[in-house]
Amino acid sequence: MKKKIIGWMFVFSTAAATLLIVSVIGFMLFEIIRGGWGKISWEFLTGAPAEGMTAGGIFPAIIGTVLLVLIMSVAAVPIGTITAIYLSEYANRNSIFTKLIRFAVNTLAGVPAIVFGLFGLGFFVQFVGGGIDKFISGDAQLHWGQPNILWASLTMALLTLPVVIVSVEESLRAVPRDLREGSLALGATKFQTIIKVVLPNAYTGILTGAILAVGRGAGEVAPILFTGVAYFLPHLPSSLSDQFMQLGYHLYVMSTQSTDVEATIGIQYATALVLLALTFLLNFSTVFLRYRLRAKAI
Amino acid sequence: MVGGNINLKKRFRFGEFIAEKIIKGVSFISFAVIVLIFIFVFREAAPIFSPTKQTSTTNTELVQETYGEESSAASETVTEQKNKSVESSGSEGDATAKNLLGNEWQPVSENPKYGLLPLIVGSFKVTFIAVLIGAPIAILAALYTSFFAPRKLREFLKPAIEFLSGFPSVVIGFFALVTLASLFQNLFGYQYRLNAFVGGIALSLAAIPIIYSVTEDALSAVPKFMTEASLALGATKWQTALFVVLPAATPGVFAALLLGVGRAFGETMIVLMATGNAALMSIDFFEPIRTMSATIGAEMAEVVFGDTHYNVLFFIGSILFVFTFILNAVAEFYVRNKLQKKFQGTA
Repeated sequence: MKKKIIGWMFVFSTAAATLLIVSVIGFMLFEIIRGGWGKISWEFLTGAPAEGMTAGGIFPAIIGTVLLVLIMSVAAVPIGTITAIYLSEYANRNSIFTKLIRFAVNTLAGVPAIVFGLFGLGFFVQFVGGGIDKFISGDAQLHWGQPNILWASLTMALLTLPVVIVSVEESLRAVPRDLREGSLALGATKFQTIIKVVLPNAYTGILTGAILAVGRGAGEVAPILFTGVAYFLPHLPSSLSDQFMQLGYHLYVMSTQSTDVEATIGIQYATALVLLALTFLLNFSTVFLRYRLRAKAI
Repeated sequence: MVGGNINLKKRFRFGEFIAEKIIKGVSFISFAVIVLIFIFVFREAAPIFSPTKQTSTTNTELVQETYGEESSAASETVTEQKNKSVESSGSEGDATAKNLLGNEWQPVSENPKYGLLPLIVGSFKVTFIAVLIGAPIAILAALYTSFFAPRKLREFLKPAIEFLSGFPSVVIGFFALVTLASLFQNLFGYQYRLNAFVGGIALSLAAIPIIYSVTEDALSAVPKFMTEASLALGATKWQTALFVVLPAATPGVFAALLLGVGRAFGETMIVLMATGNAALMSIDFFEPIRTMSATIGAEMAEVVFGDTHYNVLFFIGSILFVFTFILNAVAEFYVRNKLQKKFQGTA
């Protein structure tokens, strides 16, 4: 009897813990949608901030976020895909080199975002950017040696690299061996097999990896804090050496440093809602892609 | 024609050779980045250990300190600007070991103090709260998902909880700042609206999906025959879960905890927004704290490149990096080997 009660309590506590997590997620979603829904309008999405950030829209922040993740993807997806190809097709499981790469990928996934920010500042902004400036103009003026959207995107690319690698490698491994062997038996070389047989069969996986990376990159703020984001800019970034606005940073500044909370709280909620909607849309599309991938495999 | 030119030896193809080398070279980037992070974060931190950097403080202008209250964010920048003039006129302050081990963090005063202890205590305190609250919930939920939940519900639960990891940390921080903080203050009636407790709860929302996901994987990796043997011997379902499967998956759960700690320890935006950011030395859970990551996030944009404050912030970054690096390495090597040995031993 006593044992039965303990058992019942144990099962109940596991169910309660699950319910707690799910309801906190629900509550958080509900609060942000409730607070932000009324503020969302066409003007809000396509207008620039006005009256000292207490009115107007978030258009520059949306554009900044999109540009950031686009430039980031251009760097992260090819490098990530090629690394995944190496790990899945070429690597000798037991070689030290393979183990090093694998360890590096796992470690990279665990490095705090703020450390990436520091690295971006020390390496991209000061070392690479400063180096370019010195090379071009002597060290007279800073052009590349200061925070901008290129350095922010590259910093973000390093952060999302493991996401791409893990996802693409998984999809490459899902390509049946028969296909590879059939191709090799017909006389194709290994590289031809990869390009013409393996990659076309894994493209949904590559797309999934890219979208997951974009979702992660759109939501992170810490790596760009001092590598290129700006609080307010009157114009959109027009070149790679410009600074930019970003949704997450906009939300952070508005909610912690706004002097007139009454006036901006609506904007804060709506910004959070837009950011959330953006990352969720991306995440949902990967679920859909995976579903299609699985359906195709069967 | 017999024995013609069938050549079974692999022919050397230049194109193939080059392609493989390029692919191998590109995959090396991941490792190179880790090495570069080591080099560049430490390089910027190194000057605080060289004795030539120490200069005497000569300036006597008194500057008001504004660290402590949550409303100080705006005035902080003003103070900082005031201080820039002070700093540029020669008072850099030294950052010797003694100064770094002090318990006052006042980097922008006229006599700067770079005591890291309150920041380290702050980081550990908020991580401790986050894991203390998040880990039991996440592990219990993982047990429920892999054992007791009906099949249909299980297929919904795992993606639903992992969905939480898709929340941008700045949104979780915002939620803690505007909703949780007031909610808990009304509930518990403590003095400061933003404190280690609120930050810890918010941080647990970031740690839970990781701990849950890795634990769930470890639980489902336990071989089926162990469960079946236990059930066949007459044990009930909960006894099997608690006394057979959970112990078998212990290394995996341990790895989940390490990864959760690493995630919480390095998180920046949530603690920056929800903990009040006052560098206090106390063990009271309901007082504001300032963590190492939040200090970097809040102050790096304001410092002068190359001065002592800048170097100290990079030094804090190095500590964060080394700590999370060790956690990951332990989770990776120790736990994985142990898990493999365990199952291969029983198989």
